[in-house]
Amino acid sequence: MIPDIFYVQRRIEEYPGTFTLHIKKKEAHPRLSFQPGQFNMLYAFGAGEVPISMSGSVYNTSVYIHTIRTLGQVTQALEQLREGDQLGVRGPFGKGWPVGKTAGKTVLLIAGGLGLAPLRPLVYSLLDKNSAATDVRLFYGAKSQPEMLYSVELKHWEQQLTLQTSVDMATPGWQSNVGAVTHLLTATKIDPENSIAFICGPEIMMRFAIQELIKKNLPRASIYLSMERNMKCAIGHCGHCQWGPAFICKDGPVFCYQEIYPWFHRQEV
Amino acid sequence: MKVQNATSYILLSDKLNSLIHSLQQAGYQVIGPVIVDQTIIYDHINSADDLPQGWTDEQDKGRYRLKRRQDSAYFGFNVGPNSWKKYLQLPRRQVWNAQKTADGIHIEPVNSAITPLAFLGIRSCELHAIAIQDRVFLSGEYHNEDYKQRRQSIFTVAVNCTQAAATCFCTSMNTGPAVSLPCDLEITEIINDNEHYFLLRCGSEKGELILQQLPVTPATSEHHQQQKAAISQAEEQMSAGPRMFDSSDLQALLYRNYESPLWSDIAERCLSCANCTLVCPTCFCSSVEDTTDLSGDHAERWEQWDSCFTADFSYIHGGSVRPDTRSRYRQWMTHKLATWHEQFNTSGCVGCGRCVAWCPVGIDITEEVIRFQKADSS
Repeated sequence: MIPDIFYVQRRIEEYPGTFTLHIKKKEAHPRLSFQPGQFNMLYAFGAGEVPISMSGSVYNTSVYIHTIRTLGQVTQALEQLREGDQLGVRGPFGKGWPVGKTAGKTVLLIAGGLGLAPLRPLVYSLLDKNSAATDVRLFYGAKSQPEMLYSVELKHWEQQLTLQTSVDMATPGWQSNVGAVTHLLTATKIDPENSIAFICGPEIMMRFAIQELIKKNLPRASIYLSMERNMKCAIGHCGHCQWGPAFICKDGPVFCYQEIYPWFHRQEV
Repeated sequence: MKVQNATSYILLSDKLNSLIHSLQQAGYQVIGPVIVDQTIIYDHINSADDLPQGWTDEQDKGRYRLKRRQDSAYFGFNVGPNSWKKYLQLPRRQVWNAQKTADGIHIEPVNSAITPLAFLGIRSCELHAIAIQDRVFLSGEYHNEDYKQRRQSIFTVAVNCTQAAATCFCTSMNTGPAVSLPCDLEITEIINDNEHYFLLRCGSEKGELILQQLPVTPATSEHHQQQKAAISQAEEQMSAGPRMFDSSDLQALLYRNYESPLWSDIAERCLSCANCTLVCPTCFCSSVEDTTDLSGDHAERWEQWDSCFTADFSYIHGGSVRPDTRSRYRQWMTHKLATWHEQFNTSGCVGCGRCVAWCPVGIDITEEVIRFQKADSS
């Protein structure tokens, strides 16, 4: 599969080492539609390709938006891109969050660190007038306040959903919770019959979040999470993203906990 | 002569070249077994003289040796370190060229010209291996187009196995030794006191067209008897050997034993060298390599075989998901025999025994299966 050529329409520095790109197709054709939770393969010229989740709204049909943390060679090359610079894009790939299952439900969004990025398209969809969710609660944990994503937007969202934040390390002026984001769940009342949870973050954080949700009797079938593995092809051929019987690229990255819980608690799968 | 589909025919051994030449005339490059570096591998052949006539392979755990046969059989051996995979899923191929110009990036796919190949001497287990790779590359939402084109252009001359190497266990995996999947031509080599001939049967229209050109005579019931006896011999060799096991429940067995201490025991022997994955005819994993030239304006993407035994394979930020040999061997064996069923509705193992012979420390997947079975039932 050959990438389409996109260019950077807008670049936002979230905090040092983490940035957001709004990318637009070079030709006049509109971008392909996507589901929240899906991902694209972004190609930095000569450096390689990386899977990056969608972070924009499904309703914003002119661009894809991706939030990226600089970690390896490819993300370093992507970090160098400035407005007008070009990159290759293959996608969208994978199975996303089941937005359709949120109708009539209290939606619990649980994000750890960069895990907020793959959940943002879902936030947009849930805050849209077409959403049939009864209530949206976002639990967001970060290392510290300066390392929180989308800080301006968070203030807007707070008007429309219940936002609870927590940081590992308080910096001067921080007036909210300190500690693991999963602790916020401990103190939350959940109606297990009418709630659905979407979790994204480091695996250890997702493990603890699930533990709390199960303690509160939320059925496994009402818990969804997004997984991450090494990926080369994104179409189920290269074998790298295998996770037990699943290919993260095509069976995920979003999984229903009910389907994968025997594998989720195993190490080095 | 005019041939009929359901009938078998006799081609005398000294006329084997007529088959090779007919395939060449039909536009195929013929690939068959040849001896290189004291192993039988698959490569281009021009005539029957290139075949390893009179040679056999002696195989065991971590062992492969060529030996002279007492007779002049053309196909009197089993499988070597090559599989036909190298002609369908190329070990290394360029995927695209990218160019940076004043108006931006341009990416052009590399579509290599595909020559139709005739696989002469493909075994039943190998037909099964190709059928398994078909499911990987051609059954999902996305197809591997390069594989698809190569796959569609092949002609298969399958050979019934009339002897089994000590490492063979196709009877355990239900893939042989008799050809049990469609092919274009099926042949059985028979040598007895006064005859050396091939029993031929066509399995497709393409095969029929080739068979029509050969100096064949209809087979008699006696020929069929000899064929049956010859294939039975291979079956009996495997049934009586140590690599016979019940493969019907391996998926559940390995799921139950995912945390077994036996994995650590294997890890103490395994070198994580990746040989087993490279000789395996079904292992399909690949990686990509992106490069630029010195100007920085020209970039290429290459795809090449990869192995789940490398540290890079499962690397994500922070380290490898499978950091040690234990987790990597567990992934390989559990994938091959268990998760493959969930992914592709088939086992990933065809019982060819390559991984057994080519493991430098002699780890034997059948022995390990039997150890799991014993530990599980005790």
